[in-house]
Amino acid sequence: MDRRTTIKWTLAAGVAGVAGVGGGSGWRPLAGARAGGEAAASTPAAAQGYGTDPDLLADYHPGQAWPLTLTGVQRQLAASLADLIIPADERSPSASAAGVVDFIDEWVSAPYPAGRRDRPVVLEGLDWLDAEAMRRFGRGFLELHSSEQHEICDEICEKSRALPERQTAAHFFAVFRNLTAAGFYSTPVGRNDLGYIGNVASASFAGPPAELLSKLGLP
Amino acid sequence: MPFVSATSQRSLYDVIVVGSGAAGGQSAYTLCLEGAKVLMLEAGRNYSPATETPMFQTPNQAPLAAVGTPDKPFGFYDATVDGGWQVPGEPYVRASEEPGKRFEWWRARMLGGRTNHWGRIALRNGPYDFKPRARDGLGFDWPIDYADVAPYYDKVELLIGVFGSNEGLENTPDSSPGCLLPPPKPLVSDLLLAQRAQRLNIRAIPGHKAVLTRPLDYQGSPARLHPDNAQAQRIIADDMRARAACVWATPCGRGCSLRANYQSTTVHLPPALTSGNLDVTTDAMVYEVTLDRRGHASGVSYIDKRTGGQRHAAARAVILAGGACESVRILLNSHSARFPHGLANSSGRLGRYLMDTVGSSLRGQIPLLESLPPLNEDAADGDQMYVPWWLYREQQAGQLPFARGYHIEFGGGRRMPGYGTAAGLERLTQGSYGVAFKQDVRRYYGSFVQFDGRGEMIPNEQSYCEIDRRVKDRWGIPVLRFHWGWSQHERRQAAHMQQTFASIIDAMGGRPWDPVETDGAKAIAPGGQIIHEVGGAMMGSDPERSVTNRWSQTWDVPNLFVADGAVFVSNADKNPTLTIMALAWRAADHILERMRRREL
Repeated sequence: MDRRTTIKWTLAAGVAGVAGVGGGSGWRPLAGARAGGEAAASTPAAAQGYGTDPDLLADYHPGQAWPLTLTGVQRQLAASLADLIIPADERSPSASAAGVVDFIDEWVSAPYPAGRRDRPVVLEGLDWLDAEAMRRFGRGFLELHSSEQHEICDEICEKSRALPERQTAAHFFAVFRNLTAAGFYSTPVGRNDLGYIGNVASASFAGPPAELLSKLGLP
Repeated sequence: MPFVSATSQRSLYDVIVVGSGAAGGQSAYTLCLEGAKVLMLEAGRNYSPATETPMFQTPNQAPLAAVGTPDKPFGFYDATVDGGWQVPGEPYVRASEEPGKRFEWWRARMLGGRTNHWGRIALRNGPYDFKPRARDGLGFDWPIDYADVAPYYDKVELLIGVFGSNEGLENTPDSSPGCLLPPPKPLVSDLLLAQRAQRLNIRAIPGHKAVLTRPLDYQGSPARLHPDNAQAQRIIADDMRARAACVWATPCGRGCSLRANYQSTTVHLPPALTSGNLDVTTDAMVYEVTLDRRGHASGVSYIDKRTGGQRHAAARAVILAGGACESVRILLNSHSARFPHGLANSSGRLGRYLMDTVGSSLRGQIPLLESLPPLNEDAADGDQMYVPWWLYREQQAGQLPFARGYHIEFGGGRRMPGYGTAAGLERLTQGSYGVAFKQDVRRYYGSFVQFDGRGEMIPNEQSYCEIDRRVKDRWGIPVLRFHWGWSQHERRQAAHMQQTFASIIDAMGGRPWDPVETDGAKAIAPGGQIIHEVGGAMMGSDPERSVTNRWSQTWDVPNLFVADGAVFVSNADKNPTLTIMALAWRAADHILERMRRREL
């Protein structure tokens, strides 16, 4: 994590500014070197959007319209967190199995305002996650037991409950959860999970079944 | 070959139509099927719904799960080509960036224009809507009334296919028998809303939308559309047979390769081309109407965007149908010694009294709609029902703090999941993640209902456009500068919408998902955002106070007509497109009549 980022997060956390640089707040240079060290890009490489007249019939995959930019470590952390948010269960696979890491990488690498807005939140958040794991448990996030990962996430999964010094991290978690869900529920397995049965041609539209309407007290 | 380049055009056409959307498409259709030779000039590229429409594509096949971006503001799969509130190389200027004074100008540069992505809500103006000033002393009255337009509403509905019902409601006209297609079945959320709104004396009725809920009546309608014209009847009968009915899937805003909904490119242009009377030149950016020595229109000048060269096309009459602001821009740029302030502007009213629709939205989360069983609710892509304006009596009695009304468009259902399906759920879930989160998403999916108010804006002095002499687009054409302002009527109406939505949500047992905005200035969408901009070349009965007469014919130039929303005198809450088409058909009939009499 670079100095600018460290200061910003530290200030946001309400910790005395100088402490953030000195190491007293728990930020470890090691974590920064790990997660952000490979590319550490705070902005995506100059990329072009798909323009105002893209081919709508092509089958796109992340990395096709513009290059993906997350480092290997960032992708591992993203997969780990995405699967904490959407794990496999009896009805559908996990987020990473559905390709959500590629989606998030595409999103934060995109040359559009929403991706540019979310990029620093996601990259700095992943750094923070690893740093927080180091601070608490002496190991990176990926090496933690599931219960230890949950201990960190439980403190940041809901902004209104998060401590003042965890507000930035809680914002990151909310953004990351939204992106994870966006990626997951846009896929066939996500649609199946929700019981979406549309997008098929039918000769007629019968409307809702009578028994459901009567259960709801509707005419 | 009906798609012609600049060099293969005829030397003289009966009519040049500038623009290919609702107004241009309807104008060309009417003229060509009655035998006139027409050249249509479209500023955008050629576009083929049959081969370009992403009918069943899913979000995972698109970049960014198909979410909207500045390149594709309504989502990746939206039909719009080279369009949006900003078009590369084609700027415009805003006189003010203050909230409430901003105007945003939507354009689409493609054959068929905005009709390709259009919401397809097709409502008639009612009798009051043509004489609003007579009722409340505000704005202006049209020089025509409902009875003048009603036969054309019938014709347009028969031609394009509109579902809906006749309810006999005040200022919400019934169609003639056989004009409307049967409305689709409502969704669970539609029925719940209708039931609960009724408790507030707010009535939801079937929507009116240009979607074929069954095949068109190709046996009965052609004779109603083209009496005494066997050839036109044959052409349109064949064309109607070739249009499929809705297959109850895939969003209409992508366009429809089956031709099951209306877009100019699938409904107006094919029969016009079949007639052999239509030539189309695309990538032709018209910038000026040219005059002959008598002061009559001789044709138009345009930029051939493929070469950048200037071209001219000639005709006996010119119809501007480029969209209200674009048509005004062409007229303002067509200035000369004879018309120093722009062509057809001797009244000084060119560009004046621009209007958009008053828009305000709110979402509700409805516990009764949680955890429903799997249902296919793609239906007609929404708008199965709507709420027409219902407070005429209270308004006449002075019980409302604003003039003019609004209707409510609403939609819910278990629609195709995507980017926003599970966003922001922590407000309901205490921040769940893990398996609990998956269960929460299943529970809340389909439990949201969106409300969109669409209300009437009264024309005012602050809302107009003019030419900005300093800024030119990439083609060297001077651009528009927009001025905008709302009155208390619009602001209070937007606040009233918010209160109404909140009341209905409450009656449904739900909770507003967004803050209910009681400050009308904040509740109202910026000018231009609803993309119902009309006015700027209003019709009237007095040449000193209007740009065209009751036939959409400019007062100053007898063979120059304006067929799009620019001629609107008021902008009722009813979405303008059906009225644009009805007026375009009426104007085209008038042109044909005068051509037969050799007056044009």
